[in-house]
Amino acid sequence: MLNIKHLRKIFNPGTPNETMAIYDLNLHLKPGDFVTLIGGNGAGKSTLLNCIAGVYPPSAGVITINDNDVTFKPEHKRANYLGRVFQDPMLGTAGNMSIAENLAMAARRGKSRGLGWGISKEEFDQYKEYVSRLDLGLENRMSVKVRLLSGGQRQALTLLMATLQRPDLLLLDEHTAALDPRTADKVLYVTRRLVKENNLTTMMITHNMRQAIEFGNRLIMMNHGRIVLDIEGEDKKGLEVNDLLKRFAAASGEEFDSDRALLSM
Amino acid sequence: MSPEALLNIGVSAISQGIIWSIMSLGVYITYRLLNFADLTVDASFTTGGAVSAIMITQGYSPILALICALIAGMGTGFITGFLNTRMNISALLSSILAQIGLYSINLRIMGKPNLPLLRVETTFKNFSEWIGLRDPFSSLILGFTVAVAVVCILYWFFGTEIGCAIRATGDNPSMVRALGVNTKNTVLLGLILANGLVALSGGLLAQSQGFADMGMGTGAIVIGLATIIIGEVLFFKKNFMLRLFGIVFGSIVYRIIIAIVLQMKVPSQDLKLFTAIIVALALWIPNALDQNRARRARKSANKELFAGDQDTNNGGASHA
Ligand SMILES: Nc1ncnc2c1ncn2[C@@H]1O[C@H](COP(=O)(O)OP(=O)(O)OP(=O)(O)O)[C@@H](O)[C@H]1O
Ligand SMILES: [Mg+2]
Repeated sequence: MLNIKHLRKIFNPGTPNETMAIYDLNLHLKPGDFVTLIGGNGAGKSTLLNCIAGVYPPSAGVITINDNDVTFKPEHKRANYLGRVFQDPMLGTAGNMSIAENLAMAARRGKSRGLGWGISKEEFDQYKEYVSRLDLGLENRMSVKVRLLSGGQRQALTLLMATLQRPDLLLLDEHTAALDPRTADKVLYVTRRLVKENNLTTMMITHNMRQAIEFGNRLIMMNHGRIVLDIEGEDKKGLEVNDLLKRFAAASGEEFDSDRALLSM
Repeated sequence: MSPEALLNIGVSAISQGIIWSIMSLGVYITYRLLNFADLTVDASFTTGGAVSAIMITQGYSPILALICALIAGMGTGFITGFLNTRMNISALLSSILAQIGLYSINLRIMGKPNLPLLRVETTFKNFSEWIGLRDPFSSLILGFTVAVAVVCILYWFFGTEIGCAIRATGDNPSMVRALGVNTKNTVLLGLILANGLVALSGGLLAQSQGFADMGMGTGAIVIGLATIIIGEVLFFKKNFMLRLFGIVFGSIVYRIIIAIVLQMKVPSQDLKLFTAIIVALALWIPNALDQNRARRARKSANKELFAGDQDTNNGGASHA
């Protein structure tokens, strides 16, 4: 499905600000994999997802999605394969457009856009039905501008938008980190449901170790631009937070240093 | 002043406002929808006037001259868009570069700084003969027809899939890319459309006032902004169609203000200063009104909430 070979990303090469965000990363995802990605601040998790999404080109390496080499494909072309939700609730939606218009734009991901009407009546009714299943009471506010919604509502909407056209790969970058715990739970619940219903291949970055263990069939831990742990299947099922910390220390030769992650256990 | 003279001045201010409103609709596309500070406008307006004037003097039909003005304006938008999206120059700088470069091009199109259209046919003269009304009235009807057509086309276009993508680009470009749209193309398309309208407006103005000159577009961007803001403050913001018509009305209001200023015997060289002052006021007033409204609401809420307090020593209400 997703195949990453010898990925490297250097920011500001040749300057005093040079940062090696990803050193030499190899990763293969099978269809239907749900990977949780965890690691300290600056480990390179967001950079990895952004390289997959084509936000910036890699400094070295090859990325293929479904056997298509996308390494140098621009962001908007890779969008055919990808659904994305960002950490910042502002980033996933267009605030000055209505809920229905946002969904209509998302429904056209990977399709060519012409002079047809931006949203039809049938679409509107269908989106209303999808939105009602989010259980946030938004179905009666379909024509409301998205900027008037709360962060949690916007994230749930972004999730729905990301999966409206079934993506080959769903990328979630700490998409609940900006939300209060109850709203975060609700958005996580929606995440789980949408991933299951559509049988999506998913990568989810999180700072919460419990979440990383609880969700998905595979857990990857990153440190200084490398994958240090990759735990799958049965091995992952019995995992405890303490085991994870020990295995991280053994594999990387360091203590796990993310205050945020430890606090949010 | 005779009532008839006053009527004439009023009607011609309105018809000027309508002709200029087409330029403002163009500015609205870049400034409000695309969130792109496009200074090409000052030059592309003149480009429209120049193309329209030179073609008429060479004997082409006035309507064809307007169509060519529109196309030439689209070309100027393409230049700015190319500099910005393909050469990665910032929005402000690429439009300034286009503006400077177009100064030379406009002069080349006209051949000289001023091009009178005295004894030639214009769309306005033809229309006036055709419907049998004399000038400010016939211009009013013609201008209004064109403006309504432009508003309807824009309303339709920004409701289409491509139009939605352009609007969303001004709102959140990274989302638009994540949804599979090349934002470079949406920006380019928006600039082409906007400057096409600006030049159409310049072409109409040249034909209505009977000349084109190098200075006709100077300050057009500022006038466009003033018009948009006046339209938003005084008229409807409810839906997109009403917003567009609000701009047309804003433009009329602006021209009436200018006509009044001129009637007060203000020398015409001071007109630009007045424009700048009007725009500064128009930018400030909505803000001031909002703050004032909030202050009054706070006062009355405090009055109501503190009224229940029995504590007379430090009297909560007096702090309201
Ligand atoms: N656009 C950028 N320009 C320069 N440096 C960057 C950029 N993005 C990330 N970096 C650097 O690359 C490194 C990896 O950053 P990245 O955002 O991938 O970390 P992360 O694992 O997502 O961390 P966090 O948990 O804090 O989000 C950091 O040192 C960061 O400073
Ligand atoms: Mg990150």
